Amino acid sequence: MLIRLEQRPEPSRSMVYVSPLIAVVLTILTAMVMFEIMGVDPVRAIATFFIEPVSTLDGLAELCVKATPLVLIGVGLSFGFQANVWNIGAEGQLTIGALAGGGLALAFYNEEFFLLVPLMLLAGIAGGMAWAAIPAVLKTRFNTNEILTSLMLTYVALLLLSYLVHGPWKDPEGMNFPESRLFNDGAMLPILIEGTRLNVGAAVALLVVAAGWVLIARHIVGFQIKVIGMAPMAAAFAGYSEKRIVWLTLLISGGCAGLAGTIELSGAIGQIVPVISPGYGFTAIIVAFLGRLHPLGVLLAGLLMALTYLGGDSAQITMNLPNAVTGVFQGMLLFFLLASDVLIKYRFRLGAPRVHEIAQAQGEAAE
Amino acid sequence: MGEVPRLELIGITKAYPGVVANNNVSLRIMPGEIHALLGENGAGKSTLVKFIYGVQKADSGRLLWEGEEVPIANPNAARKLGIGMVFQHFSLFDAMTVEENIAIGISPELAKGDLTGRIREVSAQYGLPLDPGRYVHTLSVGERQRIEVVRCLLQDPRLLIMDEPTSVLTPQEVDELFKTLRRLASEGVSILYISHKLEEIKALCHTATIMRMGEVVAGCTPANETARSMAEMMMGANLVSPERGERMTDGKVRLEMMDLSVASSHQHGTDLKAINLQVRAGEVMGIAGIAGNGQRELMEVLSGEVPAPDPLMVQIDGTPVGRLGPKDRRTAGTGLVPEERLGHGAVPDMSLWENGFLSASTRMKLLKNGFIQVGASTGFAEKVVERFRVKTPGVTHTASSLSGGNLQKFIIGREIMQDPGVIVALQPTWGVDAGSAASIRQELIDLAAQGAAVLVVSQDLEELFEISDRIAVICEGAMSEARPAEEMTVDQIGLLMAGVADGDGAGSGAPTAEGVPAHAD
Repeated sequence: MLIRLEQRPEPSRSMVYVSPLIAVVLTILTAMVMFEIMGVDPVRAIATFFIEPVSTLDGLAELCVKATPLVLIGVGLSFGFQANVWNIGAEGQLTIGALAGGGLALAFYNEEFFLLVPLMLLAGIAGGMAWAAIPAVLKTRFNTNEILTSLMLTYVALLLLSYLVHGPWKDPEGMNFPESRLFNDGAMLPILIEGTRLNVGAAVALLVVAAGWVLIARHIVGFQIKVIGMAPMAAAFAGYSEKRIVWLTLLISGGCAGLAGTIELSGAIGQIVPVISPGYGFTAIIVAFLGRLHPLGVLLAGLLMALTYLGGDSAQITMNLPNAVTGVFQGMLLFFLLASDVLIKYRFRLGAPRVHEIAQAQGEAAE
Repeated sequence: MGEVPRLELIGITKAYPGVVANNNVSLRIMPGEIHALLGENGAGKSTLVKFIYGVQKADSGRLLWEGEEVPIANPNAARKLGIGMVFQHFSLFDAMTVEENIAIGISPELAKGDLTGRIREVSAQYGLPLDPGRYVHTLSVGERQRIEVVRCLLQDPRLLIMDEPTSVLTPQEVDELFKTLRRLASEGVSILYISHKLEEIKALCHTATIMRMGEVVAGCTPANETARSMAEMMMGANLVSPERGERMTDGKVRLEMMDLSVASSHQHGTDLKAINLQVRAGEVMGIAGIAGNGQRELMEVLSGEVPAPDPLMVQIDGTPVGRLGPKDRRTAGTGLVPEERLGHGAVPDMSLWENGFLSASTRMKLLKNGFIQVGASTGFAEKVVERFRVKTPGVTHTASSLSGGNLQKFIIGREIMQDPGVIVALQPTWGVDAGSAASIRQELIDLAAQGAAVLVVSQDLEELFEISDRIAVICEGAMSEARPAEEMTVDQIGLLMAGVADGDGAGSGAPTAEGVPAHAD
């Protein structure tokens, strides 16, 4: 019997949600085969990877801390990606946002006041937006490709960070280490669960997810973003301005990345260091797509991606597995997701098409 | 006759997911025969032809070429057998010359030697004037088609397939093409002529095979049939002509173009040149013209997608709107039906209610404080579906899941339900089945009867004569004077379309000033 792929008359809505689950299951099964071949007990390895990290309260808190920047940036990027605006430079916007927020903390290093944290968060958003505004100007005025400009600006941002921590912002009492002063307590985000690192940043991320959901599902801006992405001519027909959407999506994604940068500093790190993010800005691109460019999906994908980081660490520590396992997991996840996405537009069928059945259906439809 | 058929198809069946494009189709073409393949859009003509030309494989069925069963794996194999095809959409490179375009489309052996000489020879022999050194972008559509025909003829075809060849030609060019085709047939070349234009088939074809919903429903000799009888075979239903009341040509001016000149925003586009036109309340104004003569640019400037250089150039109910964008044009009362349904008039992957919202959000107040009123939008789309009899399981289904005719009914319905004072429709029935086309035309006439100004741009002259009160012709971006439809003939319009004459001599009295109504009846 022959198995064929057949195009569906309409893309399947349920498959949009089921296909990531299929991808996760296939990833786990393949990983188990891989562990078996490596001579490791597959069940124990999977448990170490996926269950152990989240079996304690501290582990769960750590998961949220890791997921926070991924979710924040992922939600921001998803708007642009839906409108075919390809901001690849979230890492740079995160860095500039962190410098803006962190700079404020350093400016008030010996003063504690209630408004400092909110001001830092706003400064972070503004910094990220400002960095994203550069590709926006270049694209809307000179038609440059935002993929290139936003990516290149990431390296500029990282060099700026490096200059500041090695130079002007270096801690004067820091034994010449390339690090800034420690932030005072008034510049740190409040901890939500005592004894863990879980901070208000996670709640902020949840708020952004909710706001993003409303925006994309019910607000005219979300509608315009979708129309421009799916059918630019129809957007022109409806009178939607493409330039305005380019600006909006870049500012939103830049602002989210800048916010994530500040939260990372004032929630987890507590000072400006040469490496603020282990590539959250780039991983968030995967998170955005894994999450179907939908805020709620991004939330789940962010948690899953954070788990692979933690699982990789614990597999390394308790089972002596190489660190590359994390990368392998993330790669397999993406691979299987793309593969199962075929099922959104196609379905499996056994045997040759049955002409008479179709003809009958056709006749009925014409009635 | 005892002759061996040039081509015989027996029991061809081809199914796509959800549709049987061809079901047990048989066809026989004799040498020297001009055979019409007739059917509505979606009847399965293209699928059958793709199979003959080796573009697609059938699921079952046999193909006999001059009595022998041969496999045609790809278009190259088809050409080797002697099958040539002129597609509806040309595959020509604008930036290359006629000769270069021909050379890349034929086998390398054939392109060797004195190609220029052979092109001249063939084009002289068959009355297809063509200069091998000209660049394609400088040629008219009719001339471009000649390139495709000459390219086929250079390969000495024994079967020539023409897919809707006349949709881009003026009536005079059609006559020239027919002369060429008759001549080829007299030399023994078989021609498979695909069309849904019945008068042409009556004039040209010896035999006809009529398809409906993937099956052959009838064969006939066109000369013995009337256009109406063939249309009814094609549709499997009785044809209804649109009903109309009194012609209205003296209502108040609702849409006015004043010295409207706009540079085209497209490469190789056509600039609009000082167009003056008034469309009045209660009137259907038809704009005839060959594709690519400024219709697209006219639509863009009337919709506001491209602003006019001066606000006064476009006026709605006396208000200058030339600089306004699409949203403000709609607020001023314009309804718009673009040519492309999927991707321009509607977002293919969005639901019908979202597509209703797309153009109706402001006029129907479907937006509050920036939020989409889902209930109201769904209700609006459901009303459109109900009133315009759009066949769909529901308004949550995507626009792309609808057939062309149904989607077009939805798009036109969406605009009409917004109660526009002016409606501009580009090719409103293009690629739409005859039943839907008839109801769309009726809706446009009814809308005018309620006092709207209706502007229809179309390449289908029969349609324009059927619905228009006045007709103007657009040629190279310039608009001829609008005249009452009953005073114009196909020949006059043809000459205007070709830009060779001002089409005068209609006996409509002294030439009237632009837009001043000539009093008919």
